[in-house]
Amino acid sequence: MPIKTSYLAKHVRTLKPSGIRKFFDATAGMTDVISLGVGEPDFVTPWNVREAAILSLEDGYTSYTANAGLLELREAIAKYVDDYYCVSYDPEHEVTVTVGASEAIDIALRAILDPGDEVLVVEPCFVSYAPLVTLAGGVPVIVESKKENDFKVQPEQLETAVTERTKAIMICSPNNPTGSMLSKIEMERIAEVAKKHDLLILSDEIYAELVYDELYTSFAAIDGMKDQTILVSGFSKDLAMTGWRLGFVCAPRDISQGMLKIHQYAIMCASTMAQHAGLEGLRNGRSDMADMRKSYRQRRNYIVQSLNEMGLPCYKPEGAFYTFPSIEATGMNSETFATRLLQEERVVVVPGNAFGDSGEGHVRCSYATSMSQLQEAMKRMRRFVDKL
Amino acid sequence: MSMKLTATEIEVAEILEKDARLTNDELAKMMNLSVDQIHQMVKKLEDEKVIVRYVSLVDWTKIDGHQGVTAMIDVKVTPKRDVGFNDVAERIYRHKEVKSVYLMSGTYDLSVQVEGQSVNEVAHFVSQKLSTIDGVISTTTHFVLKKFKHDGTVYDSDDRDKRIVVSP
Ligand SMILES: Cc1ncc(COP(=O)(O)O)c(C=O)c1O
Repeated sequence: MPIKTSYLAKHVRTLKPSGIRKFFDATAGMTDVISLGVGEPDFVTPWNVREAAILSLEDGYTSYTANAGLLELREAIAKYVDDYYCVSYDPEHEVTVTVGASEAIDIALRAILDPGDEVLVVEPCFVSYAPLVTLAGGVPVIVESKKENDFKVQPEQLETAVTERTKAIMICSPNNPTGSMLSKIEMERIAEVAKKHDLLILSDEIYAELVYDELYTSFAAIDGMKDQTILVSGFSKDLAMTGWRLGFVCAPRDISQGMLKIHQYAIMCASTMAQHAGLEGLRNGRSDMADMRKSYRQRRNYIVQSLNEMGLPCYKPEGAFYTFPSIEATGMNSETFATRLLQEERVVVVPGNAFGDSGEGHVRCSYATSMSQLQEAMKRMRRFVDKL
Repeated sequence: MSMKLTATEIEVAEILEKDARLTNDELAKMMNLSVDQIHQMVKKLEDEKVIVRYVSLVDWTKIDGHQGVTAMIDVKVTPKRDVGFNDVAERIYRHKEVKSVYLMSGTYDLSVQVEGQSVNEVAHFVSQKLSTIDGVISTTTHFVLKKFKHDGTVYDSDDRDKRIVVSP
């Protein structure tokens, strides 16, 4: 039977499949694999949060909520953002509960882009950014953060990339895959570029709670930036809730209402039981978050030193749960390194080029894995590097 | 007697409480300190008896012929002048069958945990040894039927990693 590829839209046919998928398939059927390739917490959602969802089901909360999400949850989100990031949003008109940060990014882009509008995407970055810009009719313009700048994009680089079609800059700090975090001063300098050219900052702050050395600053809290920032965040990472698919987005009222229109037609509302769980997490999840943060910090310190010791130089990430060691000294490219490491030592890492061309020469190692697994993984990686 | 420790010393104690088998080298990496600093720190914790002992949690029910029995015994006591409960507590905990002794608030005074090979053995200990101690007024013995969770650890927990192997 002929395959009717013609039914598929052209822009979907030309969309590149995620480089991560390929690696996932390669591990199929393998045993004794240790994975440092996972982009989610190794913790299970705290019990009180799970229980809140169970109780909501027992109480019969099984219908739709308001499109923007339970008002109580939006109020809790607004309070949280105010308490911890010192930015105040109106829960009725400026906060939307989404199906993960993933949906928040999607509706934000769809709400702001006219066909042909350009978005500066700082790579290496989360895999969805450039494809979602394309799907929203925009044009992703890649700006590369460099190893020699600790993977922090320089304002001059952004300045050079701006054209009259540029609408927004996508920033993720702390970053997946590099773990690098912008300081307040660095953000202010980027904000200058945004102000000068009247650009929006689409700020993915999903790792804001997983910061280990310094205080975190939200882009929306930078002087004068609230009106030009779309703040995306969620529950996946800090409360270990990836499978619940719950996130949120805060934005100035007109943008927020625009996003809500898309969300209302495409999604209706986020899962009701997940919203009840998220509410409990915001109200009573601080101590669990603190415990997890402490554990990640210990593991970060451990893996960074171990990688450096084995000759894979590694920038010490300020946040998230990834390290992004350079593998250039091995003479391999990132895919070969990752493939051979998997075949010879059964350790999964993700080739850096899955996060953009500028990730080449690196691999992403997640330390969201138990200490005992990390110890074994470091032993195997060291053996692998030593025999090269 | 309690003492003030630095946040780092407390964190090291917390880590070792969860996993006493970590080496000083690994601890040093986790805490971003030198092996020597960690060595000093652990030694201090040990010397000060903050870290009292390193233990393994063994599930004896898995071993044929070693299941044994555990009883939690509520003990009412007449406190003695000057020494209060300490004297009686000491007389109780000197017996090797006794695994723990706590002074409790509420309707009884001491909570005593006893382990033995059989119900008979424990019953014998309670009637012959425990209740005959000077100052012990009464005992109520509860036998443990099954241990689900002990010292923060669930015995038969399903802790398989349920995540997909690679994700963005
Ligand atoms: C930078 C970044 N943004 C967004 C997401 C998606 O998060 P969510 O589960 O909330 O959709 C991830 C998940 O890996 C991420 O790393």
